[in-house]
Parts: sequence; structure tokens; C-alpha cells
Amino acid sequence: MRVATNSPTLNLETKYRREMWRKIRKDKWYYLLLLPGIIYFLVFRYGPMWGILIAFKNYMPFLGFWKSPWVGFQNFEDFFANPDFFKLLRNTLLISFYNLIFTFPAPIILALLLNEVKNALFKRTVQTLVYIPHFISMTIVVSLTYIFLTTQGGFVNNWLYEHTGRKIQFLTDPKWFRPLIIIQTIWKETGWGTIIFLATLTNINPSLYEAAIVDGAKRWQQMRYITLPCLMPTVIILLILRLGGILDTGFEQIYLMMNSLNREVADVFDTYVYTMGIARGAFSYSTAVGLFKSIVGIVLIQLSNLLARKVSDISLF
Amino acid sequence: MVLRGKKSNAIRESLGSRIFDAFNYVFLAFAGMLCILPFLYVIGGSFATEGELTTRSFFIIPRTFTLDAYKYIFSTSALANSFKNTLIITIGGTAINLFFTVSMAYALAKKDLIGRNAIINMVIFCMLFGGGMIPTYLLVRNLGMLDTYWALWLPGAISPFNLFIVRNFFEEFPGELRDSAEIDGCNVPQTLWYIVLPLSKAVLATFALFYGVGHWNAFMGPLLYLNDSKKWPIQIILRNLIIASSGTAGLGSLVDMPPDYQPPAQALKLAVIVVATVPILLVYPFLQRYFVKGVMIGSLKG
Repeated sequence: MRVATNSPTLNLETKYRREMWRKIRKDKWYYLLLLPGIIYFLVFRYGPMWGILIAFKNYMPFLGFWKSPWVGFQNFEDFFANPDFFKLLRNTLLISFYNLIFTFPAPIILALLLNEVKNALFKRTVQTLVYIPHFISMTIVVSLTYIFLTTQGGFVNNWLYEHTGRKIQFLTDPKWFRPLIIIQTIWKETGWGTIIFLATLTNINPSLYEAAIVDGAKRWQQMRYITLPCLMPTVIILLILRLGGILDTGFEQIYLMMNSLNREVADVFDTYVYTMGIARGAFSYSTAVGLFKSIVGIVLIQLSNLLARKVSDISLF
Repeated sequence: MVLRGKKSNAIRESLGSRIFDAFNYVFLAFAGMLCILPFLYVIGGSFATEGELTTRSFFIIPRTFTLDAYKYIFSTSALANSFKNTLIITIGGTAINLFFTVSMAYALAKKDLIGRNAIINMVIFCMLFGGGMIPTYLLVRNLGMLDTYWALWLPGAISPFNLFIVRNFFEEFPGELRDSAEIDGCNVPQTLWYIVLPLSKAVLATFALFYGVGHWNAFMGPLLYLNDSKKWPIQIILRNLIIASSGTAGLGSLVDMPPDYQPPAQALKLAVIVVATVPILLVYPFLQRYFVKGVMIGSLKG
């Protein structure tokens, strides 16, 4: 009796499974193509995630990963008790905050201005020029900053000296560190950042503008009531991503701009991880710092996503 | 928007609108200039004399023209060597990137592949979370790749973002072409190599350039993984020459010249920047033709 009722389902299941294996065999070449990628992700992406466990150990290279003793949350406690923690948090948040209010709106404004240009050749030329800095390495951007601003023959200070009789220590004065970082980022990324907004703008249905013109809307009214609302979803999505990365200040730029005189305002989580981990060999401690940073990032992106969904019905996931 | 342009020509534009346009054109022209003026100064300055560089403010055309800086660069082995290293890193790295990205993207573009979603989720998770600097460094060290270029090539072999863009492109690829190749007896890799890739040159070029520029500009990887100064790329040399040292102090260890020779320090720095930037500026026009399209393919389908 039982056999009789169960066998059709059993049959179906084995049939299904046989069918699946047949398909997998048929697609064997595709799996072969997948293989290098999968191995890459397992080794170089998931491998380091496994390695994060040393944040809870006292990793000693001569003992190796397995034999190093577990220490629980000791590394995290050390970090939070360290006076450096608040300095790093302050520096990181301040740079991110300035980036948010200065470098985030810049591409939106530039895209809106470009969108108002009717001469196609002029528009294309400007676009070509403003995309260039994105492809220039951070090393060169910082090198240019040094060459232009140095007090030993940099042209900015040459000019200042000629006209005011004094020079400004741009590169070593802690007061100038954050403004320089922001200016560099604006110069390097504003043009590139316009691409996504310009794409959104070209996708706006022209009939919206036609209707507005018929209704007598002036240019700035068209911008206020059509262009900006159509741009908002893109702005919000990018804002969510930006908030998620609020502790990502970019290692290279800060590292290259940092020197012994401005270290107090320059040191951020990323550079601290490098100094403690690579230069001083405190692998477990610096891994704990890095892990703290990524977890805060994940929490923040979830929170801002939730907030955006509540406020505007737009979300990433 | 075409219509908007026509309309505003037909009806006379208001004064405010025209003032805005004038301001807008001037501002945008200024913004565009701001992006290339630094390079014009650097190029001009690399041909200038030391005296001119240390006393003048901004200029593009030097008063006296000299090739000293370039003569010096090409007479020293250290700079030429770093340039060669950067080329090796860029070419080798880009080839590895393309091999890994294209093969995986092509397989993931097959929509009915069993296990496809699991693999895609595995990749997406890596976009949200990663091991971080130190665990990656330790992995590279344990694999014995320190001081080899594998340390620069393998850890970033696939960018998940690029992978998805390339996959989206392959998903759009006409299935009939693939089917007919398979009926003619091609297996999947052969179809990919002989049919699909020759028709995807634009996409391949885009991502070769994206990855290539990344390798050319890389600083953090070489800083972390290369201790041997003979293997250093030009970005590290730049940083040692310009940022980490002031004046000519750092040059002594860098180059092999008679001790009494005074290199043209300022012009030399500018000339090194020119050498490190010109290749990027040369590929830029090719890059530009594709990247907007490339970025769009990805962002529209997400």
C-alpha cells in the first residue's frame, strides 16, 4: 500500500535528478569555463574572508594560522580603548562628511549644466576634457599637488610670494589637509561622476518637456519640475552607496598626502590598518580594525537603504 | 529634448535665459580647461630650465627650451627599468583579467545553467564584503607571491562589477549565431573563441583598457607586495621622487650618476610625470569611444 502511493513521487524525483545530471553533463563546457573564475573567487575573495578569523586570534607568523592562540574580542577591546580610535573615527568621518557635502553634489550640478548646453560639439568637447582626470593615477594627482604647492619653487607659492610677500605651507599645515583632499577628489572624479546622471537625463521622456512648454513652463521651471524629479532616483541610489562607504576614505590618496606634520588630522582607518599591519606586523590587531570598518559599512548601507525605502520608495535591494 | 531646442529657437529666449547660457558656456569652458591645464604646465615645464621653474608662476611655454630632463631620464637605468616593469605588470595583468572575466561571464550568460544563481550570489556577496587588506596580504604571502608580479595580477583578477557588465553583454548576444556554430561542430570554448569574441571586440577593448589603466595606475598593490626595488613600477618611483623626498635628496639612491652631477631636479620630476601620463592620454581617445557605452550596458540592466 505504502509503496504504491510513494512510488510515483519517487519516480518523478529520480527522473528529475537524472534529467538534471544529463543537463549538467551536456553543459560540461560551460562549467569548465566557470572553473577558473570559481577558483579565483574561492581562493582570493573567500580565502581572505576566512583569514579574518585572525582578528580573534593572536596571530604569530611562526606559529601559523592554526596554532596561533584564540583571544576572543581582545583585539577589538584594545582598539576601542586606544586613544587612536577616536582620532581615526573623527578624521575618517570628517573627510567623509566633507566629501558628502562638497564632492557628492558636484557631478549632479555639472551634469545639469551640461544638459542645458545645446551646442553638441561644445558639450562633447567639455565632456572629453572633464573625464580625463579620472584616468590619472592618484600618485600623479598627489605629485601634481606637491609640485604646484611646494614652498620650494612651486608656482602657486611663487605667485603668492610675488604678490603678498609670504608663502603658505599647504603640504604640511594640518589646516590645509582636508581642503586639499576635497579639491583633489573634486578635480579627479566630478567629470566622471556626471556620466550616470547624464544617462538618466537623456532617458527622460521628451514629451514631458513638450507638455511643460505647452503649459508655459520657463526653463528653470522645467528643470525644477521635470529634470530634478526625474534625477532623484539615481541621486538616492548613489547616496545610499555613498553612505555605505562612509568609512571608505580611499587608502592611496590619504596615504600619499600624509606626512609627519599632518598625520594628526590625516590618519584614517585604512592608513592605520596599513601602518599597524604591514609596517609594524600587528596582523591580528589590524585585521580587527579592518573588520570593524567593514561591518560598520554593511550596517550603514542596510540602514540607509531602509531609510531611503521608507522616505521615497527607492532602494537598492 | 530635440523639440525643446527647436521651441526655444522659435520663440525668442528671455534675457535671463540668455544670461544663464552665457554664464553656463563660460563656466563649462573653464571647468574643461581646469582639467588639462595642469598637464600643459607639466609638459611645458619639463622642457624648461631649473631657474625658470623655481621662480616663475604658472606658465605653459618655457622661455628657454632644454631637453636636459629627458636626457637624464633616458641616461639612467632606474627610470627606464621602472617603465619596463609597469609595462610588464599592465600587459600581463590585463591578459589575466580578460581571460578570467570573459570565460566566467560567458558561462554565466547561459540563463538555464544549473547552479548559475548560486554562483552569482557568491559573486554579489564579494561586492558587499571582503577580507580586507591584511588577510589578503597574508594570503598572498603564504602563497609565496611576495615580490612577484603574481601578487599584482591574481588577487584582482576579476572585478565583480566588470564581470556583470560583460555577462550582460553576452546575454544580449544573438543566440542563433551560437547555435549555428554548435551545429557546425564547435564546442563551447571554440564558439566563444571563433564566433563570439571576434564580434565582441568593442567590449573586449573597453575592458582591456579599463583593467589596463587600473594596472598602469596601481600604487597600493606594489606598495604592499613588492619590496625589491628592481621590480618597482613607475608609480612607486614617482612617489619616492616627488612626494616622499624634497628636492634632489631622494635621487641619489634612485639613479646611478657621477656624484658631482646635479640633475635638473624640478624639470626631472615633471618629465617623469609626462612619461607616466602620456601612455594613458594616448589610449584615452580609444577608451572614451567605448566607456560611456560600456558603463551604460551595465547600469541599465543592473
